[in-house]
Amino acid sequence: MIDSLLQAAAATARRQLRRPRLDHALLWALLLVAAIGLTTLYSAGDQDLGLVLNQGARLLLGGILMIVISRIPPATLRNWSPWFYCISVLLLVAVALMGEGRGAHRWLDLRVVRFQPSEMLKLSMPMMVAWYLHARQLPPSWLDLLAVGALIAVPAALIAKQPDLGTALLVAASGVFALFLSGLSWWRIGSLVGLAGAIAPVAWHYLHEYQKNRVRMFLNPEADPLGNGWHIIQSEIAVGAGGIFGKGWHHGSQSRLEFLPEHTTDFIFAVFSEEFGLIGVCILLLLYIFIIGRSLWVAANAKDTYSRLLAGAIGMSFFVYVMVNGGMITGLLPVVGVPLPLVSYGGTSAVSLLSGFGVLMSIHAHRKLLRD
Amino acid sequence: MKASRRAPIKDGLRESALFQRRAIAGFAIIVALLATLAVRFVYLQVVRHDEFSTRADQNRIKLRPIPPARGLIYDRNGVLLADNTAAFRLEVIPEQVKDLDATLEALGSVVPLSAEEVKRFKEQRRNRRGFQSLPLRFRLSEDEVARFAVNRWRFPGVDVVPYLTRNYPRGAEFGHLVGYVARIDENDLDHMDMGRYAGTTHIGRTGIERYYEELLHGEPGYERVETNADGRALRILDRVPPKPGQNLYLSIDIGLQEVTEAAFEGRAGAAVAIDPRNGEVLAMVSVPSYDPNLFVNGISFSDYRALTGSSEHPLLHRALVGTYKPGSTIKPFMGIAGLELGVRRATDTVLSTGEFHIPGQDRAYRDWRRGGHGRVDLIESLAQSVNTYFYSLAMDMGIDRLAGYMGQFGFGSPTGIDLNGEGSGVLPSREWKRGMFNKPWFPGETVIAGIGQGFWVVTPLQLANAVSILAAHGQRYPVHLLRATQLGFNAPVEPVTLSPPQLSFIHNDANWEAVRDGMIAVVNGPTGTANKVGAGATYVIAGKTGTAQRFSRTGDEVDTHGLDDAQRHQALFVAFAPAQEPRIAMALVMEFGASGSHDAAPLARKILDHWLAPEGQTP
Repeated sequence: MIDSLLQAAAATARRQLRRPRLDHALLWALLLVAAIGLTTLYSAGDQDLGLVLNQGARLLLGGILMIVISRIPPATLRNWSPWFYCISVLLLVAVALMGEGRGAHRWLDLRVVRFQPSEMLKLSMPMMVAWYLHARQLPPSWLDLLAVGALIAVPAALIAKQPDLGTALLVAASGVFALFLSGLSWWRIGSLVGLAGAIAPVAWHYLHEYQKNRVRMFLNPEADPLGNGWHIIQSEIAVGAGGIFGKGWHHGSQSRLEFLPEHTTDFIFAVFSEEFGLIGVCILLLLYIFIIGRSLWVAANAKDTYSRLLAGAIGMSFFVYVMVNGGMITGLLPVVGVPLPLVSYGGTSAVSLLSGFGVLMSIHAHRKLLRD
Repeated sequence: MKASRRAPIKDGLRESALFQRRAIAGFAIIVALLATLAVRFVYLQVVRHDEFSTRADQNRIKLRPIPPARGLIYDRNGVLLADNTAAFRLEVIPEQVKDLDATLEALGSVVPLSAEEVKRFKEQRRNRRGFQSLPLRFRLSEDEVARFAVNRWRFPGVDVVPYLTRNYPRGAEFGHLVGYVARIDENDLDHMDMGRYAGTTHIGRTGIERYYEELLHGEPGYERVETNADGRALRILDRVPPKPGQNLYLSIDIGLQEVTEAAFEGRAGAAVAIDPRNGEVLAMVSVPSYDPNLFVNGISFSDYRALTGSSEHPLLHRALVGTYKPGSTIKPFMGIAGLELGVRRATDTVLSTGEFHIPGQDRAYRDWRRGGHGRVDLIESLAQSVNTYFYSLAMDMGIDRLAGYMGQFGFGSPTGIDLNGEGSGVLPSREWKRGMFNKPWFPGETVIAGIGQGFWVVTPLQLANAVSILAAHGQRYPVHLLRATQLGFNAPVEPVTLSPPQLSFIHNDANWEAVRDGMIAVVNGPTGTANKVGAGATYVIAGKTGTAQRFSRTGDEVDTHGLDDAQRHQALFVAFAPAQEPRIAMALVMEFGASGSHDAAPLARKILDHWLAPEGQTP
């Protein structure tokens, strides 16, 4: 009995070990970005080593979580998906009813840990959409589209209501990407975009005043250089002053002299741009493109539809972070609180991002092998 | 149809291929969008790099003016009359204060702020740009500086700034003459060069401080400082030092000024002493005075009330703008006029009977001695101050020649001294009366003009200047207070170059000597009105007493009945000495004095003794 069990365990272990757990290329790229992030943080945070160590600890925690999740087979994840989704939506409702936070209701205090249920949805949303579409005939029909639409819209609306426009955007995007990757026909995508355009004025009406102001000042930042537009202008100055080669590490006056707001979190990309210039920016963007491309490659090689859609959605969501944050600090997009992935200071986003990559690693580990 | 849509068999390969196409399309879109972002970075970091680089520097680097140190003021011996002492003030940059009212209130619990200070601050705020720092409170005590330092984090945009404040070590002694600086107010801003006054909070308001503002102020310097978003200076990048204002050396002698002021013993009046050889003012005193230090950082309402409410008008610079009837002190000038114009010879005599009549008129013009002085010549008329001699002289001269000649002594016009707002007095003439009252001239007015009464009004400075011109044989030097300037503490003291004196208008030395002898007789002769004053002097004084009816400066009629002489009269005395080679000429007015001989002349003796007696300092 024991012998056979041991044999079985040993066989499993051998099999597990033969399959590479982690995709090394992706891992190295993530490590490189995290290293750049910590380096920039040291400068942006006025050379506060404590800040860097703190963030390092969070990244380490995220890394451990990533390894743990990578051990969970995609099939198990798929079975958990509906439950995970339901729990996170319920928690979201709980937050809406009794949550606390600075002005915005985002946090749920569970005595032991305080966390934002909206972060869970960054993962549970693509899992749920992938789970739903996995069982359907693809490309999805109008009915499926409607169902998925509801799955996306309810939590996104709840998060937007908190109000946290950035997270709502990321959550919705992750669901939409899964839908897109499932092969939703182009003309349906076109008609959905058209519909969104028609709804936008109505949505505008429901935005919070501060959200409206952010959009307004994005459209014309110079109109109020000391009020709302200040952030955008100072950020553009920081980026522009960096030039091609940058001012050098620790030499960015815009952040060092506190002209840049939130220079360790949402605007850290501006600090990076000022100190490392266009060359640094290009290297970082190429790293991000590599991570996204590699994620899509992992997805393309996944064993089943669920894994493909989930991995693809996680990879493409990563792009949204980069685009929204980069667009914000360069004045291309409105100010929306989205961190620069793995660079901005903050534990929650680091943990949820690396958890996502844990899922990716798991999918990679269970990819189609030539034998299959 | 339904059956086929629900077909449970999924085509894995087809889905995989579909996914791959989508993944490639999605990746292409992502790369395209990130390329757009990269293009935006190129636009900001390459195309507009210079512009943003400049703006980053503008953000970071502020040009901060360094106000120049104001020049110091000394007397002729190098005794300090106005200096700068280190102090601290509280400054606010309104732009960086979110809620000004709340900040001011919270600040009040750390550093006491008076309602006046807050009001003044708010007034200034209205006309200045928000990024300019404005002074809120001056002269913080060490205690207040320490308390603010502890609480500074609570008050972004508020800071304690060291500065130099003006100090007048001699206090009231030079309140009028040196004057004071005061905080720049809205009226100053209209006619001020804002560049030159960047960072400066005070400006010369009265006296020498005002007249020589240009010399005293200096040129501001600048420093480029790196500031953070709060506007706090973090480090100085470079610095153009300010050029300090010039130090001024006045012609005033501190000893003579002190003796002169002390001689009044607090009684209202004024005295001016001039060196007739060059027009330098040696002493210029106005009693009562005030402490100029009160005004430097804003005088309190109660202090100001005390000064303006006083019946003695301490703020009035009597020596400069006070107007007095010259009375008999005008007689030496009349005497020289009579001789020089050929109306009299020195030996001509007049019979004084106690009354003088214009032919054909009843009105009597009296001598001060009942029954008259008998037959007197010029010298005796001066010695005894015989009115009749000068009544008839004025009649014979006529008002036109009288006014024309007296104008040469500077009567009726400002002396041009280096102080602002000088009074011009009144030299009566036909033109003046027509211009003033649009009335013709009457002969009786000529008669009383001969003894310095009627319309005739002088300032003590004017009178002293006239005596100085007389002492200098009719040579007119520009009256002035500034003797020398110094560009810095290590620079040499440069004497001020003055325009040469105008040609003398007294042509015959014998005429001058006759008048001088008359003035010597006033002080030294047996019949002289001030003959006690000259006793025991080691030098010879030439002087003239004067006693005039008081009149109200404000013009309202004062009932003089029932008042004694000291309350009804003003006492005057003019003198120069030594009579042979005059080194000092002076005029002195006591607002309340029974007569010039009793009240004014003894004071003058003290002043002259200080300057000319062997133990006294000589210039």
